[in-house]
Amino acid sequence: MSSPILKLIAQRIALGLLLLFAVSVLIFVGTQILPGDVAQSILGQSATAESLANLREALGLNDPAYIRYLKWLGGILTGNLGTALSSGQDIASAIGGRLWNTLFLAFWAAVVSVPLAIGLGLLAVRYRNGFIDKLISGLALASTSLPEFFIGYLLVYFFAVQWQIFPGISTVYDGMPFLERMKAIALPATALTLVVLAHMMRMTRAAILNVMQSAYIETAELKGLSPFEIIRKHAFPNAIAPVVNVVTLNLAYLIVGVVVVEVIFVYPGMGQYLVDHVAKRDVPVVQAVGLIFAAVYITLNMIADIAAILANPRLRHPK
Amino acid sequence: MSNELEYLSRRVAAGKLNRRDFLGRAAALGVTAAFANTLLSDAARAEGPVKGGTLKAGLQGGESSNVLDPALNLSQVNFNFGKCWGEMLVELNPDGTLENRIAESVGSSDDAKTWTMKIRKGVEFHNGKTVSPQDVIATLERHSDAKSKSAALGILQGIDKMAANGDEVVITLKDPNADFPYLMADYHLVIQPNGGKDDPNAGISAGPYKVTVNEPGVRYGGEKFANYWQGDKIGHAAQVEIIVINDATARTAALQGGQVNMINRVEPKIVDLVKRVPGVTIQAVSGKGFYPFNMFCDTAPFDSNDLRMALKLAMDREEMLEKILRGYGKVGNDIPVNEAYPLFPTDLEQRKFDPEKAAEFYKKSGHSGSILLRTSDVAFPGAVDAAQLYQQSCAKAGIKIEIKREPGDGYWSEVWNKQPFSLSYWGGRPTQDQMYSTAYISSADWNDTRFKRPEFDKMVLAARGELDQDKRKKMYTDIATVMRDEGGLIVPFFNQYIDASGKGVQGWVSNPAQEMCGGYALSICWLAA
Repeated sequence: MSSPILKLIAQRIALGLLLLFAVSVLIFVGTQILPGDVAQSILGQSATAESLANLREALGLNDPAYIRYLKWLGGILTGNLGTALSSGQDIASAIGGRLWNTLFLAFWAAVVSVPLAIGLGLLAVRYRNGFIDKLISGLALASTSLPEFFIGYLLVYFFAVQWQIFPGISTVYDGMPFLERMKAIALPATALTLVVLAHMMRMTRAAILNVMQSAYIETAELKGLSPFEIIRKHAFPNAIAPVVNVVTLNLAYLIVGVVVVEVIFVYPGMGQYLVDHVAKRDVPVVQAVGLIFAAVYITLNMIADIAAILANPRLRHPK
Repeated sequence: MSNELEYLSRRVAAGKLNRRDFLGRAAALGVTAAFANTLLSDAARAEGPVKGGTLKAGLQGGESSNVLDPALNLSQVNFNFGKCWGEMLVELNPDGTLENRIAESVGSSDDAKTWTMKIRKGVEFHNGKTVSPQDVIATLERHSDAKSKSAALGILQGIDKMAANGDEVVITLKDPNADFPYLMADYHLVIQPNGGKDDPNAGISAGPYKVTVNEPGVRYGGEKFANYWQGDKIGHAAQVEIIVINDATARTAALQGGQVNMINRVEPKIVDLVKRVPGVTIQAVSGKGFYPFNMFCDTAPFDSNDLRMALKLAMDREEMLEKILRGYGKVGNDIPVNEAYPLFPTDLEQRKFDPEKAAEFYKKSGHSGSILLRTSDVAFPGAVDAAQLYQQSCAKAGIKIEIKREPGDGYWSEVWNKQPFSLSYWGGRPTQDQMYSTAYISSADWNDTRFKRPEFDKMVLAARGELDQDKRKKMYTDIATVMRDEGGLIVPFFNQYIDASGKGVQGWVSNPAQEMCGGYALSICWLAA
């Protein structure tokens, strides 16, 4: 490895951190300009002038905004996300288990969907414009065009209610046996897979088809390689950058975009946690979850960029 | 014939014949389905509760921000779980009478001002300690403390002082209150060791189940408390579990799929569909909750009683009940109470939709132009449709209603109790006195109809202190009459609690006080073998 590539990667990481910092400012400002007073919304109907004043003092709402921001940022950098207003629980420990649940679900959805999407993409290219290609594309597009809550309900209707193969509600808890846990997440993972499948599959197909126009593919054909060998050895490696890009984008979606699926399947992840606390205007929790989602998104995009850099032979082997 | 049916019903109870076959045989013998079902449940009861197993409920109304502290119980999940692990001084029976629990007996002085509760001996907390009068006093102290966040603070404000006297707790009230024992049945008043002052969230009381799982917003679990003071009388299942399912469709699917044995809050619009699912029984009971149209009696144009009367007469209650609640409710009579309350005035005439009379009163009021009615989806399910139906029935009386749909966020802080004509929701209170005192006397914080009449206040106060039940019932009839004819309240209907139980669930006893058998469904039901 040489310096230009390291420099590029370092630049990406620095840019990611800067972006994260900017997002933290945005989140903070966003929650500040929400209508209504935080103390008022916590106390609700029973608010008296005195209790409002006490709570404002306790929450530090009397400090200027920039001081509150710096305090908040300082807390986050030292791993202290604050306490939830509604329940008084430590946010970091409450989020811990839920983040793990969300990652668990996203992981298994990814394990199924990524190889499946790429495999189907390769298959579609191999039999391009034929029946198989059209079938794969058609099915994948259909599953993507259906809203995820509809897919969720369809899965529940058939697999949980009619055939009773998998549970319709995906309650998981600590100490649950692994197999039971897998059974519980079967339906939400399937729903997520169906949602992200088409995007990755179509991008894989398009990226490889693009490469297939190149002269060296013709050379490979003239060498007498089988069509699948050509795709695997010559086309796919050159199409890897856009594929990695779209895969990570979808991975990010699996983590931050699962709110609806989590609510439908009653899965105790970050999405449900966020929804519950938005409803209660629990600002510290909303801020913390927002920041974590942003961090996940930025990190995965950063990884995509770095992977694209590494996959580029011109950067890997500079003259 | 009846011998054969009885034999068959016992076979079903013993699990040797399935319900559907039984109903088929019964029909073949010329018996109505309703009677056959009665036979079945009789047989199940005679067979006795089945012990053991895990009973699971899928409930709406739980958030990850919930805590176990009974003082802060507001939503359904905490309410139901509280009834599993908590024990109260007294409990409200389905027929409106009180059952003594930790209080072995409750008595009062002749003026209903001093109340004495004898604390039952030998009731054990989950932590092994014995319930003492001091624990009871500490509990009431914690909930009645002026700084307390307890939702029971309001009902305990009447307490002047408390003292322990041997095994008795003596409570002196500021003013006479014949309903005092009913207030002790409030579901927040779970008796905790030292009143929960040490750790309100410990989840320790003397109820039939010990807390084993507490994952807010996800699930709760309990195991039978071996030393429960009522032994096997309630708490038949070895374990109970509550799974929080806020999504209505997921809840129904979970019941259909057999993942839970019972659910709450079946939406009226899908009741007929759920009914058809094999093994599922709809458990509907008329409750105390109602959906009022509130008018401010002190704000023009609603300060004219003629206009209020016109608006009351222009309400087509029957149509409203049919279209908004699909019949799962009961028409209201412009008073905030119904027959689910003890001492309900039964001989009050029912107000009917009368567009001609409404038009007359409207003319008499001298008002012209349209009247602004505010509504929102959050007021109650179907509130926007209800406002539109009302607009149409008012039009028949020549009254023009303009509807303003308000955003749900902020409806309770900006519209309800702030704007002069809006839709709302009341969950009901344990007694008539509580309902009137909470919202219809001059000093009430939540007087959402601005009904301020010193003579009405006096009537409510006098009824509160009256120990003679017959006299008291008469007083409540007078109070209801004033409310109905002069108040600012239009009550189209009272709702029903619609729950559903799944295959094999037996022992369900509907309770008008609250959903899920008054919160006791997990404790009193069992799973047939």
